[in-house]
Amino acid sequence: MEDATLVKLTETFDFLSVRASGDHSALNCPANKLFEVAQSLRDDFGFDLLVDVTGIDWDAASPRFSGVYHFFSTASHGYLRVVANCEDDINPQLPSISAIYPAANWHERETFDMLGIRYSGHPNLKRILMWDEYPYFPLRKEFPLAGIETDLPAPDVVETTQAKVKSAPMMGGPFVSTRSGPMSQAEPRARDESWTESEEKPTEPSDEAKR
Amino acid sequence: MAEVKEITIGDVAKRSVDTAEFEGETMALNIGPSHPTTHGVLRLKMQLDGDVIKHCEPVLGYLHRGDEKIAESMTYNQFVPYTDRLDYLAPLANNVTYAMAVEQLAQLEIPERCQAIRVLCCELARISSHLLGVGVYGMDAGAWTVFMYTFSQREKLYTLFEELTGARFTTSYTRIGGVARDIPDGWLGRVSKFCDQVLPVIDEVDTLLMRNRIFMERTAGIGVISREDALGYGLTGPNLRASGVDLDLRKDRPYCGYEKYDFDVPIGKNGDCYDRYLMRGEEIRQSVRIIRQVIEDFPDGAYYAEDAKKIFAPPKAKILTSMEELIQNFMIVTEGPRMPEGEVYFEAENPKGALGFFIVSKGGGVPYRLKIRGPSFCNLSILEKLLPGHYLTDVTVILGSLDFVMGECDR
Amino acid sequence: MNETTQIAYDSKVEGEVIVTRADAVVNWVRKHSVWPMPMGLACCAIELMASGGSRFDISRFGMEVMRFSPRQADCMIVAGTVTYKMAEVVRRIYEQMAEPRWVVAMGACASTGGMYRSYAVMQGVDRIVPVDVYVSGCPPRPEALLDAMIKLQDKIGRESSVKAIRGKAPAKEAEQKAEV
Repeated sequence: MEDATLVKLTETFDFLSVRASGDHSALNCPANKLFEVAQSLRDDFGFDLLVDVTGIDWDAASPRFSGVYHFFSTASHGYLRVVANCEDDINPQLPSISAIYPAANWHERETFDMLGIRYSGHPNLKRILMWDEYPYFPLRKEFPLAGIETDLPAPDVVETTQAKVKSAPMMGGPFVSTRSGPMSQAEPRARDESWTESEEKPTEPSDEAKR
Repeated sequence: MAEVKEITIGDVAKRSVDTAEFEGETMALNIGPSHPTTHGVLRLKMQLDGDVIKHCEPVLGYLHRGDEKIAESMTYNQFVPYTDRLDYLAPLANNVTYAMAVEQLAQLEIPERCQAIRVLCCELARISSHLLGVGVYGMDAGAWTVFMYTFSQREKLYTLFEELTGARFTTSYTRIGGVARDIPDGWLGRVSKFCDQVLPVIDEVDTLLMRNRIFMERTAGIGVISREDALGYGLTGPNLRASGVDLDLRKDRPYCGYEKYDFDVPIGKNGDCYDRYLMRGEEIRQSVRIIRQVIEDFPDGAYYAEDAKKIFAPPKAKILTSMEELIQNFMIVTEGPRMPEGEVYFEAENPKGALGFFIVSKGGGVPYRLKIRGPSFCNLSILEKLLPGHYLTDVTVILGSLDFVMGECDR
Repeated sequence: MNETTQIAYDSKVEGEVIVTRADAVVNWVRKHSVWPMPMGLACCAIELMASGGSRFDISRFGMEVMRFSPRQADCMIVAGTVTYKMAEVVRRIYEQMAEPRWVVAMGACASTGGMYRSYAVMQGVDRIVPVDVYVSGCPPRPEALLDAMIKLQDKIGRESSVKAIRGKAPAKEAEQKAEV
């Protein structure tokens, strides 16, 4: 059932290519054709529910950012994954499909917030989870889990409390094996041990950022 | 004698809309993020014209804890406790969904007994979540009693959870490839006893609310979500079904052996707040039905997958007494589990809707990217569309009927 | 007529007059009418609700008058993870509470950040508000919360309230900062 849809889709749009997947049907789609494909998916192929929109940061690889869309059909009860790579690694951009699926509105804002992928044509593209002035994109691979020191959004609260956004101490784990090198070095350790509560965080970029 | 003047008050709110002097003048009103109706830390920025909402902008993120980033730096089993805290009204269901997503990546077959335990977990979690949903909903509409009724039932459920998992609601019960431990002796009997006495309570709650004039006036015809809107905004779970869409992943994409059980999926007609209330009551009854079928034919066997040895830590007693298990445990701890490469997306029907996990693996024991699709996140996105046109007093009822939880919304 | 003036003990007014310290009276009044403000942020809020429910029944200890308005409350129970985005709100609500005010950090997240060592989570609410009682647990059981509230009552009972009222004692916040 799902395969038939896949064949029909690749016949209709010759720029689509089948993507390796562990479960559902998956397609690669060029970023500039995404809007067209999404429109057709909803109107002609019965994928009436957009369940999820997200992105992946492939770190050193190029193209670095991919947008991932999961569609669901309430008629055939099948999923379809569509992946679109962002052409630009520095200023990643994708077309917004929130005009077709209103559900995409918040999902795209979240992806922008976490990974910095800009969605052209989005009606209200601003941060949704972090506060508006937050300077970083937390889910990018160079961003350390512990966070980077920055200012809190409310100046008056900062004045009375001297509170700041500080990096979280990571020496308490979780401990994960690196799985490389001799066993003595591969033993489980915290991913980011650049600083502890007794030792101040160094100013150089941490190991996590270099990785 | 003084003239008797007849004063008709009528609908004050409506009158204020009709009065021309209010035209064009709006008032900004902020609700939350610390407000009893928002069930957590949701914030609504609204523009009011008199009592009528003209514009609404929900602000989220006050509980954004960085779960997805945390997941990228820990092994698959280490992340299980974080799934408890997504939808913290139904942690067992989250545990199961997460474990099943990873098992799909690892392509593990789960033994029947484990599946039965998981179905029990999911359905008990559903009852627990809906009990709170209905109770708090009643409270939002001004009926405090219902909350007391349902909360005392939840306490009984907590006792069962505690017996099974060791914790009241941060259960962390599943492991990749199984569950943490087998069910305790006599536990099934106590579950079945719970089921026997929860049904009369649901009936009693219905007598308190279902034909309650005040409750009906406040909910019927309020917050109507059309079928198209529900689908367009990606609603799932009871909120989607209340709008007349027949979609229940337990039926339509059966997992965990749900195809073996006989149950009905309630579908709403009007998609209003009243329908969304009815859905939850009926789903509790159906869950009880499933639980009874599971208990009746409870399979024997292992509670974890035998071929999950590279991921699943062996039982503690065996680690201490047997060489092979000791080595196995040592390898899992020092090297981490070995997982194949690939991308999987798995969704399960959680009490709040479809909870999805999208996992990108590059091999090894740590996910490269783990995206959590929180049903409450999508269910709330409709607020921008739904609230305008309603009275301010309807906000509490509409929010209560959507039954969201900020833990999985903000992640 | 022979009149006697009693200057000390008078058996006639026994039971109607109690001689005590002013601190003890003020503290006695305060500690038995703690009105908590549930700052329900995350999972712990559910256990907070449970302790208000019939099984644990926080009203046994005279603390059931939950007020969602900070103006009417004098003890803020921070139940859940305080993110940096929320920190501002928590502080503002704390500032709206009338003196004397107390703060209970319920659960690991509110106390230290707990299991959320990440970029978004404030590592302990004591960075922005002075905390009187920390409750461990993730989430703490309702019994633990009740115990914490009783400990808070004890703490209130030991305060030098009169001095604070007359402005001779250092403000509570400064006192706490010094302790840290």
